[in-house]
Formats: sequence, structure tokens, C-alpha cells
Amino acid sequence: MTTTPRTTPRTTRVRTARTTLAAAVAGTLLLAACGGGGGAAADDGTTELTVSLFGTFGYEELGLFDRYEAEHPGVTITYESTQGEDKYWPALQTRLASGSGVADIQGIEVARIADVVANQAELWTDLRNTPAAGSIGNYVEWKEPAATTPDGAVLGLGTDIGPMGICYRSDLLAQAGLPTEPAALSARMTSWEDYVALGREYQAAAPAGSAWMDSAGGFYNAIVSTEQTIYYDQAGTLVHDSNPAVRAAFDTAAAAGQAGLTARLEQFVDPGWDAGFASGSFATIACPSWMIGYIKGKAGDAGSGLWNVTTLPGGAGGNWGGAYLGIPASSENVEEAAELIAWLTAPERQAEVFASAGNFPSTTGGIEMVADATDPWFNGAPIGQIFSTSTANAPVQILGPEDGVIKSAMVEALLSVEANGVAPADAWNSALSTVSNQVS
Amino acid sequence: MSISTPARPVPGERTPPPGSGTPRRSWRTRLFQAEERTAPYVYVAPFFLLFAAFGLFPLVQTAWISLHSYKLGSEMKWLGLENYVWLFSNPDFYNSLWKTFTIGVLSTVPQLMIALGLAHLLNYRMRGRTFFRVAMIMPYATSVAAAALVFAQLFGRDAGAVNWLLGVVGVDAVDWRNGDWTAQLAISIIVIWRWTGYNALIYLAGMQSISQDLYEAAALDGASRWQQFRHVTLPGLRPTILFTAVVSTIGASQLFGEPLIFGGGQPDGGALGQYQTLGLFMYQQGWTYGSLGRAATVAWVTFLLIIVLVLVNTAITRRRQP
Repeated sequence: MTTTPRTTPRTTRVRTARTTLAAAVAGTLLLAACGGGGGAAADDGTTELTVSLFGTFGYEELGLFDRYEAEHPGVTITYESTQGEDKYWPALQTRLASGSGVADIQGIEVARIADVVANQAELWTDLRNTPAAGSIGNYVEWKEPAATTPDGAVLGLGTDIGPMGICYRSDLLAQAGLPTEPAALSARMTSWEDYVALGREYQAAAPAGSAWMDSAGGFYNAIVSTEQTIYYDQAGTLVHDSNPAVRAAFDTAAAAGQAGLTARLEQFVDPGWDAGFASGSFATIACPSWMIGYIKGKAGDAGSGLWNVTTLPGGAGGNWGGAYLGIPASSENVEEAAELIAWLTAPERQAEVFASAGNFPSTTGGIEMVADATDPWFNGAPIGQIFSTSTANAPVQILGPEDGVIKSAMVEALLSVEANGVAPADAWNSALSTVSNQVS
Repeated sequence: MSISTPARPVPGERTPPPGSGTPRRSWRTRLFQAEERTAPYVYVAPFFLLFAAFGLFPLVQTAWISLHSYKLGSEMKWLGLENYVWLFSNPDFYNSLWKTFTIGVLSTVPQLMIALGLAHLLNYRMRGRTFFRVAMIMPYATSVAAAALVFAQLFGRDAGAVNWLLGVVGVDAVDWRNGDWTAQLAISIIVIWRWTGYNALIYLAGMQSISQDLYEAAALDGASRWQQFRHVTLPGLRPTILFTAVVSTIGASQLFGEPLIFGGGQPDGGALGQYQTLGLFMYQQGWTYGSLGRAATVAWVTFLLIIVLVLVNTAITRRRQP
């Protein structure tokens, strides 16, 4: 608070005000003009490709973009990533709707692909007419059909799939007197019921503050991810409320939550979930291959050797997650972008990404390359073999446009069972009413 | 700029230009008078132009969108008032309305009372007064995101500092996030922490405009400090209290950042929606479910609600302190 009087002459002050106003207006106009389209081919023969992804695809981390630039003079790649897919996707949708600001290459999560195929085919490039056409046949049987419209247009190339296993803390299991070797543990788990029964055994002798699994929602999700029909039937009709497999998975998970076998930590949401990988608040978690990298990151170096991986109960196969790379129709560099996505999703690159980030290859060639992979951090677990088996045994899932909404309603209802003591039947009904309120 | 009619010059103002009394006025004079008439409008115009572009237009546009089914990434489809029917028959809307109200009361009432007390204390002569006044405003200067993130850690169930402190005095760990009232309480504490100092400074400014003579007169009449506070400070602060009450009410109805980050970035406000405010409900419709028409409907209903709330608030505060 200064007490010296202002000596600025009046005219100067007025002029300053006018300048400020002009600057403000100009700034506003500039802002409005910005946010223009993705990369464009420059006059000097160089191409600037923009790539916009979510979470961890592993490309930037592995230096793949730099390598591609070095191998392809004249191509520069600008990369950006949003951590949460739930924030990435709405932002992408507004850009697609406004027709500006999209990148040449955009990631598409597997839960969105049915929506893309059903509702926005005209907003994406059909890859059959691009240099990426040759890569379409490389995939496990269901990966490309899921990204293909009824007219046959292919809207994305697969990056990875999400075969599952059970990741567990061998030190905690040992303390509770349970088998710690993957094969021995797997022999005790021939079904999800066995897995729950083993959990009761664990809970009886477990170290204080440690639960058998992380969350009822995650457990539920693992069970339904082994099913062929989940929320939609082959004809595209919603069957989430009549499909006995969904109800059975819900009841199994709810019972586990009621019995106190879960740590009541909402996956990817509760900060306690992240911390739990290191602190041991849960001993097991159904883990898709892409979660391998996540667990390593959260448990850190100190967790090395504590964690291990085994197959799903009974050697069941399943798929949870995975992604595609697509080219928005508004891209001005379709040819170059298609070459880049074909290169990024080639079997060799997928094998490299698996080795560093854990994202499992979606091409048959890539799967062959990683079949013998082991992971020293996970006690040398044969992760290549575990996830290959899970892939081979996985059914061809039927995906639908509102899978995400229904899944989150179910997960939320299960959290209310384990954390708030809501009766499973009431939770089920409230999940159904959330879905019917939202999906119409 | 002050505006004065040439007929009644205000003391200290410029005297009317020479020749203004003569029948034939020069063009300079007329230009001057025209400028004097129009200048105020020119000076206030930028605000209203910007308001029209960034305030009024979005408001009207939102109303228009609320009459449509508008899924993110597809065409708008006319619905009439169907979105409003959907909203008013949706239990989740009433839940978020109620939670907005309870969290609003839980945060606003203690916040303003603490602020009043702090301001009263800071109004006394004391050592290091400036330090304390600056310290008061510090929480307000931190970002909502940072504050909410830190508090979400503090209120963690397994490793949070609050539960650790409770453990020291022998109280069992509380699952703050998943409990109904505990989650609301935790969020209210974030809001209280951030805004109390801000309001205290406003009260302090208000208190300093109250004449010292009144306190001296009251002291001569034998009034205690508490009586002085009740009968001199409070009535003197009436307009200030009204202002903070209105601003806090508007803030509480728009509560968004704190519960969003407390909930790990998810807008569902807990498994039972125990801390889903109207802001989160709107965000969920628009950005989780992609229903922009429904989100716009929530936005408009919230807007109307705030207007009603402010009117009610003003009426109550006026009546309370006659």
C-alpha cells in the first residue's frame, strides 16, 4: 500500500487504457483464431505429423518417434498425450465435431470402437485405401472386425490387446501360508469360486490391513471380460439386465465385497489404490497385460521381486482393454499418417512395446515374438506365455456403443456394496436404473 | 470521470469553457459537449461488448441447446422441453441438489463465522499484524487443484494424516471418501480452508470503515468488547456481511473443483453420489455421457436457482438485521 501520489499525467493513463483494451481485443481475436487444424504439409517437402494419444502407449517412452524421424527424412512428429482416457475422449469428440484441432493420428480405446464404428464412420479414414491396407490382416481374429463397419471400412489399426492374468504379492501370500509359485497357485485356482475360497483362507491368516483383492469392481470386470456376450447380443440389442453372466459376475463380486475380501479401493480413482501396490493393502489383482507397466510404476524399485503373475482361474482367456490408432477424415496427411501407424503397429514394434511397457501385441506375428518373454521385476514370471494363453482362450467379445456407461454403473454399484453396506440386490437395481436413465 | 452539467458546476471541477453562455457556440464547444455526453458510454462499452460476446451469447446458446438432444459428435435434434422433464424426474438431480445445499451450508456458515471472528481479532492493535493479514490470504492464492489434491491425501483412508491423528487419540480410521457425511465434511473443510481468509480480509476492510467514535462512545457507556462487537461492529458490517453471504452462496452453488479432485477426477461424487454437486452432475452429463443437451439443461436450471437463492439470501439478511 503505497502512499506516494500518482504523478502519471492523465493523457498517458488514458492512452495506456486504450492500449490495454486494444491488446485485450487483439488477444481475444487471436485466441479465437487459434486451435486450427493438425499438421500440414509445408512447401519445402517436409511433413509434420501430429499424434495425440492417451495414457501410456509406450511409443514416446521407447523413442520410436525419434527413430521413425531418423529413418524417414522430411517427416517430423509432434506428440501429445492426455493421461486420462475419460478426459481425452470428450475433448477429441468436440474437436471432431468442430472439424478443427484434431491430430493426424488419434488413439481410440477399445471401449469406444463400437461407438466409432456405429456412429462416426464418416469422421474417420477408411484404412483400406491407404498404405496401411497391407497391415489389416495381421491381427488376432477379432481385433480388426471390431473396427470394421458393416460396409467393410476399417477405421483403426490395433495397437495392443488386454489378455489377463492374476498379479499377486508372493510375500503376502507366503505370510498367510498360501502357495507362492505361479504353477502351485494356479493349481489351487480352477475357477472363480476357488479364487474366492482361497481369499477366505488368506483373510483368515493375512497380515493386518491387507485384503485378498483390491476392489469388487475390478473383480467383476475381470469376470465379465472372459465372456463373449456381455452388455449387447450379436444383434446389437442391450442385454445387460437379462444376461445371466453379467448378473452372476455381479453377485460373485458383491459377495466377495460383503465378505470383506476386498480393500474397497476404486480402480484408477482412489489414490489409495495406487499406493496399495507398494504398501500391500491388497494381495492379488486381476491384471490385463497393460497393467503390468502400471504396477511396476506404482510399486517402484522396492516392489521388484515381490510381485508375480499367474494365469486366470482355470486358465480362462479374456480381454480387458487395448486400443486402436485411427486417422481422422480431416487429416491433410493421410498417406504419411497411414505409413506411420502401419510402422508403429507392426509386429516388431509391438514386441518392443510389450518388453518395455507391457502392452500385449495384437498381431499374431507380434504374439509369436513375445511368446517366451519373462519379466525379472515380476520374479521372472513367464508373462509372454501367460498372456498368450489368455489370448488363445479368449472368446470373441461382442462390444457395444454404451459399454463404458454400463460398466461404470456396475462398478459404482459394487463400490456401494463393499464400502457403504448397500444390499447387493439394491445395488444391482440402482445400477440398472442409472443405465436406463442414461442410455436411451 | 465525473459528469457535471454546465449549469451547476461542482466545486473543484473545471469551470465551464469560456463563451459557453453566449448564444452562438463554437464547434469546439459543441464537440466538447458531445464528448462529455458520449464519453461515459464509450468507456463502459468494452465491458458490455465483451459481456455480450462471452456472457450473454453463451447463455442464450445454452438455453437453445437445452431444448435439443445433442450427443457429443452428432447432430442436434429438437426435443422441446423433454430434457427438463427428464431432469425433474431424475432422482440423481435431486440428490445433487440436496448435496449442493448440504455442502454449501456445511462450508459457508462456519466459513463466514470464523472469518468474522478472525477479522475482529486482527482489527486489534497487535504485533506482526501485516504478517497475519498476508498469511490469511495465502490459501486463497493457492490453486483449487493443488489444495484439493493435498486434502484428498490428508483424508486418505489407509495412509492419510487425519486418520493417523485420529489413531493417536484412539479413534478408528474413517473411510472419509466413501462415507456420506464424512466426504461432505472433508470437502467443506477444503472450501473453508481456502475462503476463510479471503472473507476475513473483506470483513476487516469493512470494520475499518466503522468510526472509532462509536466504539469510544460505547466504551464510555460501559459496553464490554463483546457488546461492542454485537452492537457496533455487526450493525456496521451489515452491507459487508450481505455481500459475502451472496458471493459465498453463488460460490457454493457452483462448487465443482474440490469435489471433482477429491473424487479422483470422477464426476460421480462417490458410489452413492454422496458428494455429487450440481456442477459435477452437469459435467458428468456433458463429458462422461456426452449428452450436451442435458448438461445445458442442468446449467440453466442451476443459473435460475442461483438467481432465486441470491434474492432469498438478500431478503433474509436484510430482515435479520433491522
